[in-house]
Amino acid sequence: MTKEEVLKKVVDILKKYSKSELAPEQITMETTILDDLKVNSARLVDIVLDFEDAFDIQVDDADADKVRTVGDGVELILSKVG
Amino acid sequence: MSGFSKKEVLALVPQQRPYRFIDEIHELNEDGIVASYTFKDDEFFYPAHFPGNPVTPGAVLLEAMAQAGVVAYGIYLCSLQMPREEIEKYTTVFTEANVEFTGIVKPGDKIIVKASKEYFRRMKMKAKAEVSLTDGKVVCSGTIAGMGIKTK
Repeated sequence: MTKEEVLKKVVDILKKYSKSELAPEQITMETTILDDLKVNSARLVDIVLDFEDAFDIQVDDADADKVRTVGDGVELILSKVG
Repeated sequence: MSGFSKKEVLALVPQQRPYRFIDEIHELNEDGIVASYTFKDDEFFYPAHFPGNPVTPGAVLLEAMAQAGVVAYGIYLCSLQMPREEIEKYTTVFTEANVEFTGIVKPGDKIIVKASKEYFRRMKMKAKAEVSLTDGKVVCSGTIAGMGIKTK
């Protein structure tokens, strides 16, 4: 799976929880999940569970805690899907 | 670790009268909880909701659902993996809910709250929950979630 394909799926997942008005094409690897996308921090657990389902991966809590930006999520997923 | 007993869990639920809506826990295990509460005739909200026609507010039914299905059940799930001293440092906060109301609860009615786990990870839990009357009529159902926040 390419980085672009992962990014597109990650953005689709994040949009479900985002309260920002950013259009999908404005979301980049540097976009922060809590501040830029205005996601409630309590939703981070749900987002990681969605990553696990969408990409058929397992993310441990220590790795999940490091995800701050969209790019962190994409890189984490790429490291798991190989 | 073996989990807390029903009595220990009830004692750790922090909410108290007049905002406590859990009397008893009937079933409690890793997959779910069944609890109950009987609305007293003199609950503080009945004179206002509604004058001359006391009806239990939906917000209170949602709170009853959360006190059993998120707070009590969450305390039990924590007790399977951490010691009591650690659990006592956390307060459970409500994070989200998606519920539908389908019935009315009057003063004196007993409600049964049933909840089953959707997930419990990183101190957040989400449960499918249902509130019914003793005749089985469902009055409120949906999903609720909460999270343990370290406050001590």
